[in-house]
Formats: sequence, C-alpha cells, structure tokens
Amino acid sequence: MIELLIGTRKGAWIMADEGARTAWRLEGPLFLGQIVNHFVADPRDPRVRLIAAKTGHLGPTVFRSRDGGATWTEARRPPAFPKSDDEATARAVSHTFWLQAGHASEPHVWWAGASPPGLFVSEDDGETWDSVAGFDEHPMYWQWAPPDSGTPDGPLLNQIVIDPREAAHMYIATSTGGVFESLDRASTWAPLNQGVEANFLPDPYPEYGQDAHYIALAPTAPDRIWQQNHCGVYRLDRPEVRWTRIGKAMPEEIGDIGFTIVPHPRQADTAWVFPMDGTDVWPRTSPGGRPAVYRTCDAGASWRRQDRGFPAEQGWFTVKRQAFCADAAAPLGLYLGATNGEVWASADEGESWRGIARHLPEIYSVAVA
Amino acid sequence: MIQVLIPSQLHAYSGGASRVDAAGASIAEALDDLDRRYPGIRFRIIDEQDRIRPHMRLFVGRTAARDIRVPLADGDELLIFGALSGG
Repeated sequence: MIELLIGTRKGAWIMADEGARTAWRLEGPLFLGQIVNHFVADPRDPRVRLIAAKTGHLGPTVFRSRDGGATWTEARRPPAFPKSDDEATARAVSHTFWLQAGHASEPHVWWAGASPPGLFVSEDDGETWDSVAGFDEHPMYWQWAPPDSGTPDGPLLNQIVIDPREAAHMYIATSTGGVFESLDRASTWAPLNQGVEANFLPDPYPEYGQDAHYIALAPTAPDRIWQQNHCGVYRLDRPEVRWTRIGKAMPEEIGDIGFTIVPHPRQADTAWVFPMDGTDVWPRTSPGGRPAVYRTCDAGASWRRQDRGFPAEQGWFTVKRQAFCADAAAPLGLYLGATNGEVWASADEGESWRGIARHLPEIYSVAVA
Repeated sequence: MIQVLIPSQLHAYSGGASRVDAAGASIAEALDDLDRRYPGIRFRIIDEQDRIRPHMRLFVGRTAARDIRVPLADGDELLIFGALSGG
C-alpha cells in the first residue's frame, strides 16, 4: 500500500492508498500547528519516519516514529550548531529543512540540512544529531553561505543526495552557494556549479553563489544529475563538471523556472518539472494560471506538456521543493502538493491528473512511503 | 523555589501543567531544571547560543528578561510567553 507523507505549514497528514491508486484516505493531522518542512520514511525500514518541525514561537526539532507513525518521540538532541563565543558568527538553526536517510550500507544514519545552511548527521535514527564540521566549519563557509542571501524563509542547505553506489560520495544543494560535492563522506566539499547561471550576481557564472532549488540523481544511472535551479533546468553527466541548461528547450512562454524536478526511477532519460512564473516580479505561480507538468523522455532535448485534469484557467498554485515525488509502480505514479493545500496525483506517468485532497494548509513536502 | 508559568505552546512538554516549580539561581538554571523533568522544553525556548528565541518572551515578575543569566531568588515567578502574530 502506498502512503503519501504530507508536510504543511500547519502540521502533517498521511494519505493512504485504498487500492489501485484510485481511492485515498486522508489521515491526520499530526502535530497540528507545527511548521513541517519535511516528513519522510526510511527506505531501509519504512516503519521509521522522521518529521522536521518548528512553530512560529518554538525552536526547531525532529520527531521520530519507529512504528510507522503510530507513536512519536522527540529527538533527544535536535540539529544545532556548536556553541560559539563569537557573537558575529554564532549560528542557531532556524529550522531543519531536509531529512535524508543515509546510504543503504549505513543503517540508522540520517543527514539533515537546515537554515541557516547547516549539515547535520545522526547515527541513531535521528535521536541525536551533530553538526558536520566538514561543511559547517569549512574555511569557505561564510562565502558559500552568506547570511544576507537566500530565500524568504532564510538561507538554506536545502538538500542532501547520496550516491547509491558509494556512501562517501555526496552532493548538497544550497540556496546560497549552489551545489557542492564531497568524495569523503562530508569531510571536505567543493563547488560543482560550472555553467549554472546566477543572474542576480555581477558575475552570472560564478564558481559558487547559485541557488540550487533541487537536485536528483537518475536512479538507474546515478552519474546523471538533474537540477532545477533558480535560473533554469540543468543536467550534468559525471564525470563531466559543466552543467547543460536543458531548460532552454522548454516553450519560451513557459520558461524553465521552478522549484523541483522528479526523475523516472527506471528511465534515465525521463524526468518531470512543474514550471512556475519567473518573469518580472517573480509571481512564482503556475504560468498564465494554467498548471502543468512538463516531461522529457530524451534527457532534456525536448519537453512535452501534461496538463489533463489540472485547471484549464485561473489555477495559480505552485509546488515547492520537497512537494513533488514519484512512487515505484508501473505505470509510474506521480504526486504533487500545492501551495493552495491541494494534493494532485497521476497514476499514468503524468498523462492525467486528479485532485485527491484539498483544503489542507500550504503544502511544503510530499513523500512516498 | 521558582514558580514558572508555562504557556500553552509548551503544555505538550509539561503534561498540560500551566504552573510548575523549578529550582535554580538564574533563568538558565531554572530552565535546565525544567529540561530534566520535561526533556526538550529548553531548546524550544532557548537556542544553541543561549539566546531567547525571537517569539518567546520571558519575565521575572513584571520585568522583561533578555538574557538567561538573569538571577532568580527563592519565591520569584518566571513567566514564559509565546508572542507571535500573523496567520
């Protein structure tokens, strides 16, 4: 049975598939009123689930379940920066933004990304977390993560991606410095942003400073990295180091701005994006009020619109970084959570879409369990 | 002993209690004492740099406290409030 784990600005919900992905049961809320940036299950043990939460008043924490969400406990030591005597550089986690289960060979290991940009690791299923000095204390940290840059919700280390073939090979995405790569399990990092535009900086192609909204490895070809950047859609095939802007093949009236990109779990040339309006004052809504996903089946050489079922007009929602995902069924199911509190699902690889929940708070994350 | 007012935002930690006793010669010590009984409560009020979080307000009696090093005396009242507007 497929479950969708939904994090929102006001709590968490679960949608349970009642069969054939045609009927869904909405359960919740969990942690009503808490800002849930990420709600995920452990692919190594789906009974283990983690929630990154805070409230408007209260500081950030992580809630953990070991029984599929029936009971929850709070992390004994949530992600936090080391204590500093230097007021100018004393950082405090505003919120944990991303939770990443560790490599399959490292049970009980989790990674977390935070705002302000911080990388944290847990070796005990999320009960205690430690700051990762390799990034958080890197000599270039304040250049890679300047405090005056970032998103309306603060600068982010918004994603951690682990090479399924090698636990020590990791990527992170940030809103302040772009993409970074580590070959030694987060001990050292180097920028990986060649060819990626940062049109808000004097040098539009800097070594770092880009805003990497989302990156994803192609599951069957993990040398391929897809990136939805603040400035377009990109692809990188390692060991190359220069990204190609595949979003240039998108229709000009749609553009290639968005928050997220979803690769097909079995087809390395296939991925989906959900474009948003990045013109003039950046409305960040569906372009023209007509929501759609765009699918490429040729590694970004061309894109095809898929909008059947979405509003044909006056639909102004968009989809945030963690709120678009796929299951592993055949045909593939796709799920997206919208800023207007609606959950949309496709059971035919994006050809048609159906609203399966509405009236939820603003959705921040959707993950398949 | 210090009497502490617990706001509704933290009742999940205090088992629903809105007034509890704590021991300590400063706000920091009183919060440490609370955290021993209600694990996790301190970090949701005070960040890792020992700063009061932006939308939490602490008072000793009627006097606003901006720093957790503020001393407390036996019989003092420590008031903790959540203070945030917006939707």
